[in-house]
Amino acid sequence: MAPAEGITGAEVRLHELTKTFGPVVAVEKVSVSIPSGSFFTLLGPSGSGKTTTLMMVAGFAYPTHGQVFVDGGAVTQLPPQKRDLGMVFQSYAVFPHLSVFDNVAFPLEIRKTARPDIRRRVGEALELVRLTGYERRLPRQLSGGEQQRVALARALVFRPRVLLMDEPLGALDKKLRTHMQLELKHIQRQLHVTVIYVTHDQEEALTMSDRVAVMRRGRIEQMGEPAELYEAPASRFVADFLGESNFIDGVVIGPRGPGRWLVRATGGLELQGVGAVSLATGQAVTAAIRPEKLVPRVDEAGGRDAGALNSCTGRVEEAIYVGDATRYRVGLGPDGGLTVKVPNRLGLARAREGDRLALVWSPEETRLFARDDS
Amino acid sequence: MSEARAAADPTADDLLARERRDAVRYLLLLLPALLVLLALFVYPLLGLVDRSVYRPRVGYTLDYYVQVWRVPVYLHVIWRTFRISALVTIICLALGYPLAYLLATLRPRVARLVMIVVVLPFFTSIIVRTYAWMVLLGMNGVVNQGLTWLGLVAAPVPLLYNQGGVLIGMSYVLLPYMILTVYSVMRGIDPGFVRAAHSLGASRWQAFRRVFLPLSLPGIAGGTLLVFILSLGFFITPALMGGPPDVMIAMLIEREVEFTLNWAFASALAVILLVLTLIGFAGYNRIVRLERIFEARA
Repeated sequence: MAPAEGITGAEVRLHELTKTFGPVVAVEKVSVSIPSGSFFTLLGPSGSGKTTTLMMVAGFAYPTHGQVFVDGGAVTQLPPQKRDLGMVFQSYAVFPHLSVFDNVAFPLEIRKTARPDIRRRVGEALELVRLTGYERRLPRQLSGGEQQRVALARALVFRPRVLLMDEPLGALDKKLRTHMQLELKHIQRQLHVTVIYVTHDQEEALTMSDRVAVMRRGRIEQMGEPAELYEAPASRFVADFLGESNFIDGVVIGPRGPGRWLVRATGGLELQGVGAVSLATGQAVTAAIRPEKLVPRVDEAGGRDAGALNSCTGRVEEAIYVGDATRYRVGLGPDGGLTVKVPNRLGLARAREGDRLALVWSPEETRLFARDDS
Repeated sequence: MSEARAAADPTADDLLARERRDAVRYLLLLLPALLVLLALFVYPLLGLVDRSVYRPRVGYTLDYYVQVWRVPVYLHVIWRTFRISALVTIICLALGYPLAYLLATLRPRVARLVMIVVVLPFFTSIIVRTYAWMVLLGMNGVVNQGLTWLGLVAAPVPLLYNQGGVLIGMSYVLLPYMILTVYSVMRGIDPGFVRAAHSLGASRWQAFRRVFLPLSLPGIAGGTLLVFILSLGFFITPALMGGPPDVMIAMLIEREVEFTLNWAFASALAVILLVLTLIGFAGYNRIVRLERIFEARA
């Protein structure tokens, strides 16, 4: 499909979107501004309100309170067929009684596009999703991945300025999913369409999005660029849901520079970290450390300024080889244990179960959360 | 990975053996029903066919069938049977499809209530229901009283003992079959398809016309065939609610058996009805298989 000349995706703004079902609040005051042509992801576990939010944008659910704006115009009260938004469903919803061609032509026929135009644009859309030659097939003759592409071509063929996607890759196997993630991203860049994407798969969210909103219990817990969310989670929930984290409970001993605090863990281990929120001496906190940020210290004189780093020593309780890396479970005695992920690189001897392992990591990569926040 | 899977799964031979064991078990379970059917249904049926082609002292002959072909009144009755069946089918479809659609789109709890109303007539004898209609439709029946009272008609209109009466009675009895068949197909239609149509710009009517209706076609085909086939052999309702010109083939057979005692000829008529019905069933079967093809893959 020819990248629409001069046309870019619409700006979408959600203003205090709220949806209640009886006493249950499914979505609570979600406000987001999604810039034109960007890839925005709503990420969260099931029941977090992400799909309900998307359905309110699509028009399949009406908000109890709040507004949806597309390019500044309120569409909150419009039925879905008047919103001109493309949508790809988790179940694909490719019409089983229509051929691939007729499926993709459907939105154009509804819009009374001239026959020759339909043929050309369907051809372009199928080319975009690399299904040229499949025109006459019926959906039941297609694999899940191919049906997915038909659904995508169908949602794009009428050049909507916003594309909504509800866990579109959920039913595909891992390899195909990874492949489709990149392809989706390319298509989105090529067409400059604004995408609102819903998923519970954090890897998917990180790979494709310009911005991600992590949802929890109907609210946006944190919003930002993928790297920002991963490197600087604002809460224990985000640190846990997005990627993987070790958590150590402790108490703040005192400040160590701007935003930096010294913490003594319950078991006595002392470590420095960055406060995700403002903290105070004596406060109960949880420190979060990513498994891959923990580095085994091979050499006592490691060349680094050891004093500036956090460090600890433990016994390897478990070593699991996972191909590209080895995952260790390192017991720290009273402080529990740490999961450590070490890339399997040439020259890096792998530790065995029972070995003692010294670990160092940067205070910058230690996030501190007030403990009652979760 | 594939090795691990092979080790965990039973081998193909294991599966085949298991399938065979299951097949034997199912056959044993089916045996009693099969025997009953053979003794009480298939054997007499063969006797019926035999009687229709055998004339005492003459031997095997197709005379009875030739007679059906030669005498215009028999062909007329067969033709009328088909016409009334077709009309009943159309009426049932016109009334049943919207009702089935309503059922399929109502909230489950309300749908269950409506469903009970639809199936309720099955709990009453068909004769009782037919007599009830006769009370309603008679010259002094509730309907005529109402029409006269409203001033819509000057004098009571004949609603009974004519083709109109037959159509009303038969449609009433057969409507649930139509509703249930269409409804079962409609309920299998993923509402996601209609939602997708809306997201692609289709209005309610367009989504219905282009997506829901085509997907419900197997139900329409199945329902119409079922009602049509059942209509062909209908007896009680046309016998009670129709007039002399509304004789259908089943009534003709009864007359041959009861009054003229021409059992051989009655058998020939019965075989003709059976063959026509079987042709209908063959069509029905093909449609039902179509339905499986249409089913969306999850």
